[in-house]
Amino acid sequence: MAESNRAVELIDITKSFPGVLANDDVNLSVGVGEIHAIVGENGAGKSTLMKILYGMQPPDSGEIRINGAPAVMKTPKDAIERGIGMVHQHFMLADNLTVLENIVLGSEPTQGVTLDLGEARRRIHELGDQYGMELDPDKRVEYLTIGERQRVEIMKVLYRGARILILDEPTAVLVPQEVEELFSSLKELQAEGVTIIFISHKLDEVLAISDGITVMRGGKTVAAVKPEDVNAHDLAELMVGSELPTPATEASTVTDDVALSVTGLTSLGLGGRPVIEDITFDIHKGEIVGIAGVEGNGQAELVDALLGIRDVSAGSISLPAGPIDSLDTKARRGAGIGIIPEDRHRQGLLLDAPLWENSMLGHQGKKPFAKGPWIDRAGARDFTAEVVERFDVRTPSVDVSAAALSGGNQQKLIVGKEMLLDPDVLVAAHPTRGIDVGAQAAIWDELRDARRQGLAVLLISADLEELIGLSDKLLVLFDGRIVAELDPNDVTPKTLGSYMTGVKVDTP
Amino acid sequence: MIRRIGIALLAPVLALLFAIAVASIALLLVDVNPLEAYSLMWDFGTTSTSAASIINRAIPLYVSAVAVAIGFKMGLFNIGVEGQYLIAALFAAWIGSTFSVWGPLHIAIILLIAITVGAIWAGIAGLLKVTRGVNEVVSTIMLNYIGFAVIGYILGELIIGGDSLIQSTDPLPDSAMIPGLNWIFTALGFTEPRGVELQGFLVIAIVVGVIYHLLVWKTRFGFDLRASGMNPGAARMSGVNPKRMVLYTMLISGGIAGLVGMSTMLGRLGAFTQDFPRQYGFTGIAVALLGRNNAVGMALGALLFGFMDRSALILDLNSIPKEIVQIIQGVVVLAVVIAYELVNRWVKTREIKAASDATASAAHAAEEVTA
Repeated sequence: MAESNRAVELIDITKSFPGVLANDDVNLSVGVGEIHAIVGENGAGKSTLMKILYGMQPPDSGEIRINGAPAVMKTPKDAIERGIGMVHQHFMLADNLTVLENIVLGSEPTQGVTLDLGEARRRIHELGDQYGMELDPDKRVEYLTIGERQRVEIMKVLYRGARILILDEPTAVLVPQEVEELFSSLKELQAEGVTIIFISHKLDEVLAISDGITVMRGGKTVAAVKPEDVNAHDLAELMVGSELPTPATEASTVTDDVALSVTGLTSLGLGGRPVIEDITFDIHKGEIVGIAGVEGNGQAELVDALLGIRDVSAGSISLPAGPIDSLDTKARRGAGIGIIPEDRHRQGLLLDAPLWENSMLGHQGKKPFAKGPWIDRAGARDFTAEVVERFDVRTPSVDVSAAALSGGNQQKLIVGKEMLLDPDVLVAAHPTRGIDVGAQAAIWDELRDARRQGLAVLLISADLEELIGLSDKLLVLFDGRIVAELDPNDVTPKTLGSYMTGVKVDTP
Repeated sequence: MIRRIGIALLAPVLALLFAIAVASIALLLVDVNPLEAYSLMWDFGTTSTSAASIINRAIPLYVSAVAVAIGFKMGLFNIGVEGQYLIAALFAAWIGSTFSVWGPLHIAIILLIAITVGAIWAGIAGLLKVTRGVNEVVSTIMLNYIGFAVIGYILGELIIGGDSLIQSTDPLPDSAMIPGLNWIFTALGFTEPRGVELQGFLVIAIVVGVIYHLLVWKTRFGFDLRASGMNPGAARMSGVNPKRMVLYTMLISGGIAGLVGMSTMLGRLGAFTQDFPRQYGFTGIAVALLGRNNAVGMALGALLFGFMDRSALILDLNSIPKEIVQIIQGVVVLAVVIAYELVNRWVKTREIKAASDATASAAHAAEEVTA
C-alpha cells in the first residue's frame, strides 16, 4: 500500500442527476491533520461532493483515495469503516436521551445481551480528555445548548473511530462565542492528527481556521488556495465567478406606479433576535426586484412576513389600495398577491390530490373555483386544463394526482395557476429550483411576459443567472438586512460576492 | 367510474378475505369446521329480525365513524368520541325529560342539545391544542376519563341524589321518542322483524352521512379541511388559518359525536342510564379506518361490524366460541390498513407511469433533480 500524507484525495469525480451535472471533474486533496474548507454558493455542488465522500451517493466516474488507498464506498458504513465521519448541519440527536445514550446509539457496546454503558462512559471520558471536549455524559440532550449538541455530534463520530471529519456548515447554527469554542475544539482535534473537512459560506471564518481552501462553482472545483494567499474579496469573487451572466437586453418596463411598498419590516425569531430587520423597498408595476443572498439570511422569513404567516414586530406592508398589515393570509392573497413558494412539496402542492384541486390551492373561494360555499368542480377543471395547455404541463389529465408529475411539470402547474389568475404582485421564491432547463426557460419567459404587462415581481433566488437575467433591481439580503441595492447591469462578481457573504455592508 | 369503485373496494375485500382466513385457522385449531360456522352466521344474520338488529347496531357505529373521519380528514385524531357521546346523551336526556312539546320539535331540541354538548366537550381539546399546543390524542383521552367521572357524579348525585339500584335520568316523554321503521319490511314484502324495532334514527344517520360527504368533498370548507390534512404547510400558504381550522374541526367532530348515542336513547331506552351502551366511540375509529373515511365505505363497514356482532349470538348457541367474531373484527382492521397502503402504492405507480408516458413524447423529459 502506498504511503501517503494525503488523507483524502478525490480525482476527477463526476456525478450527474437527470438534467444537472452536480459534480463535474471535481478534484480535492486534503493532507492528514489538515483543516480544509470547501466554499461555494448554494448549488455549487458541495453537498453532493460530501455525500460522495461519505458513501451516500456513488460517483458516476472518478477515483476516491483514502490515506492513499483507492476506496469504493457504497454506503456510509463503508465510509465509517475507513475512518470517515460526518456531522450534518441539522443535528440528528434524540432529545430525550442522555449524551451518553445518544453517542452509543447505533453502536451500543454490549456484554452478552446487556448494554455495557460503563465501558462506553469510560471511552467517552477518554475521548473527551484526548480532544479537550467537555461533555456531561448523563445530561439529557434537550437541556444542551446548540453548541453542546454539536459537540455531541462530533463526539458521536469520534466514538465510531473517525479520523477524518466532515462538517456540513458547522457554524451556520452557532452564535459567535460558540463558533470560537468549536474552532478551538477543531484545533485540538487537528493537533491529535484528525483531518477536518468543512463546508461553509462564511469567508472570514474560513480564512481564520483553515489550512487549505477549495472553491466550488457550478459543480466544478475552480480553485485550491492557501488562506495566507487570498483575502475575503478574492474568495468571494472566486465563488461567484469572474463572469456574471449578462442581463437580458430588454427595454425596462418599470412604471412609476408602486405596486407593493414595504417599510421598516422587522420580525423576531426565537430568542428575540431579528430574523429580518428594517426591510424597506418598493416594487413598481412592471418591475422585477431580485433578492440576492446566501440562503438562510432571511429570505424565507421575508416571504412569510409578506404573506402574513409570520408575525412582524415593526414595519408596514402596503398595496396601492392601502396597508395590508391587519389582513390575514387569505385576505392578502385575495388582495392580489400571488405566491410561488420556495418548497413546492412542503408549501405548494397537495401531492395526493388531483391537479384540479391543486390549482385551487390559494384561491379557494374565488372564481372560477367556487360558487358560494361550494366548490365549482367544472370551473376548476376547465381552469386547470387551460393552465396545462398554456404552460405546457405534461400530464395525461387534470385528474391525476400531483405526485405523478415530474418536478418541472409540478412547478409549471404552480407558476401557471398563479400567473393565469392575474395577480398584481407575485412573490416568486426560487421559481425554477430543481427543474430541468426546458421548464426553467419556459418559466422565465412567462415571468418576463407578465412583467411587460405590468406585473410586479419579488424574485428570490439562489441562481445568479436567474436573478441578474430577470431583475430590474437587486437587493442583497445578509443576516436579515438589506445590505445593498445593486443595478444588475453593472454589478461585478466581486461586489455581489462581497455583499452576499457579509464581507462588505452598506451602512445606510 | 366503475374502475375507480373497483379499486376502492379492492383493499377492504382483500382485508376481509384475509381476516376470514385467519379466523378459519383459529376455528380449525379449536376443532370447528369454519364453513359450518360461517353458514350458521349467514343464515341467522340474513333474517328480517337480524337485518333490523344489524342496522340498529350499525347506526351508532356509523355516526361515530363519521365523527372520527372528519377529524382524520384534517389530520386530527379525535379519540374522545366515546366521552363526547356519553356526556352529550346524559345532558340531552336530563334536559329533554323536563318538558314535553310537539314530537318533532322535542326531538329536534334534544338532538340540538346533544350536538352542542358533544361539540363543547370536543371543543375543549380543540382549544387546548390551539392555545397551548396540547396534542389532541392526549387531551381527548383524558377528557374521556373526566367525562366518565362527570357522568357518574351528575347521574349519581345531582339527578338521583339517592341510592336507587339502577341509576337513570327521568324517562323521556313519548313525544321525544323517534318512531320505528318496521313497516318498511312489510312494505317491501319481507316478514316483520320480531322483538326488534328498526330505529327511525336511521334516517338521521343517513342525513349525517350525506352532509359529511357534501361538506368534505364539495365545499370550500371541506377543501380547506382536506388541504390542512394533506399538507399543513401548503394549506397555510394558501391562506388557511390552521388554528381556526383545528377548532372548527373539533367542534364539528364533537357535534357529530354528540349524536352517536341518540339512536339508542330515542329509539329504545328512552333515558340515560348507568349502563348506557359504551364502546361506540372506540369501535367507530375502527369503522372509520375500515371505510377509509368514505361516507359509503363507512356505512358498509358499520354494517359489517353490526352483522358480525349480531351473528355472534348464533355461534354461542351452537357452542362455537363467539370470540371468533372479535378476531375477524380485529384482524380486518389491521389488514385493511396494510391493504390500503399496498393498493395505494400500486395506483400511484400506475399514475406516475401514465404521467411519464405523457411526457416521454417530448424531447426533454422533465425530471426532478434532488441534488
